Amino acid sequence: MNITTENLSQLSYFVGVENDRLAGLPSLFNSKSFIKGQTIVSEGDKQENLHFVNTGVVKIYKTSSEGKEQIIKIVRPGESFNDLAVFGGSFCPYSAQALGNTTIIYWIHKNDLLPVMEKNWRIVRNALEILSEQARLLLALVEDLSFKNVTGRVAKILLQNATPGPEGYQRLTQYEMAAMAGTAREVVGRSLKNLEDSGAISLERHRIVIKDRSYLDRLAGLN
Amino acid sequence: MLSKEMNRLPIMPVIDHARCDGCGLCVTVCKCGALVLSGNTVAILEVDDCGWCTDCELVCATGALQCPFEIVAPEV
Repeated sequence: MNITTENLSQLSYFVGVENDRLAGLPSLFNSKSFIKGQTIVSEGDKQENLHFVNTGVVKIYKTSSEGKEQIIKIVRPGESFNDLAVFGGSFCPYSAQALGNTTIIYWIHKNDLLPVMEKNWRIVRNALEILSEQARLLLALVEDLSFKNVTGRVAKILLQNATPGPEGYQRLTQYEMAAMAGTAREVVGRSLKNLEDSGAISLERHRIVIKDRSYLDRLAGLN
Repeated sequence: MLSKEMNRLPIMPVIDHARCDGCGLCVTVCKCGALVLSGNTVAILEVDDCGWCTDCELVCATGALQCPFEIVAPEV
């Protein structure tokens, strides 16, 4: 796969970098195509490559010892992942899986990237902005998972919207529930799965069916 | 909350064409072939095997694609 400076100029770390400064970079990059569902990196892997999505989309997630999955981030074209292992630690703190049919990933090893960064302040500034944004995202997730009773809030939202109106049942997306609960969509998805595992609801394609109203009442603090 | 018009649509994911930027990410993640790129936007086909995985909604950066759930509480 031929990587050009134009390809690289679309990647988050190199946005705003003059084209002539990117001239030597394509030869330092590798690329590979992944199919939907294929694992790109696994949590705990020693992995010192900075990855970028060229086409397609990648899911970043962690898995608990019981097999429960928490999505951390969806990475879209131009965005990076595995930054944390590249700039410290060397071990990947999460797994990455291709969601798109043909997901093309570019990567550069840290030993090739760091000398380039030392010579170009704009790339360093981009990296700092990206890492700050990632830290902000992770802190928000910590707050949601540690301090907020998101499952209780989701239970309350389901109860409040379970009464059919003149036009039938209420319909809510996970983004709408997230906005109502003051959290991220990824956390709502996990909460719905938890409620389903506990038997309080069942997810039947486009329907959320309430199975145990009294359990949801208790979670929501309504009795 | 979805509009009256959206509530009357067939039970498939819903696209807001004004928000869709035609990036095609939803098409690449769709497992059942319900989504196709049509010009600069995405069209939704009625297919039998859409399992409501909501991956299309998850990857949509503009919020154009929606997979709303009906919240149903059977009478006891």
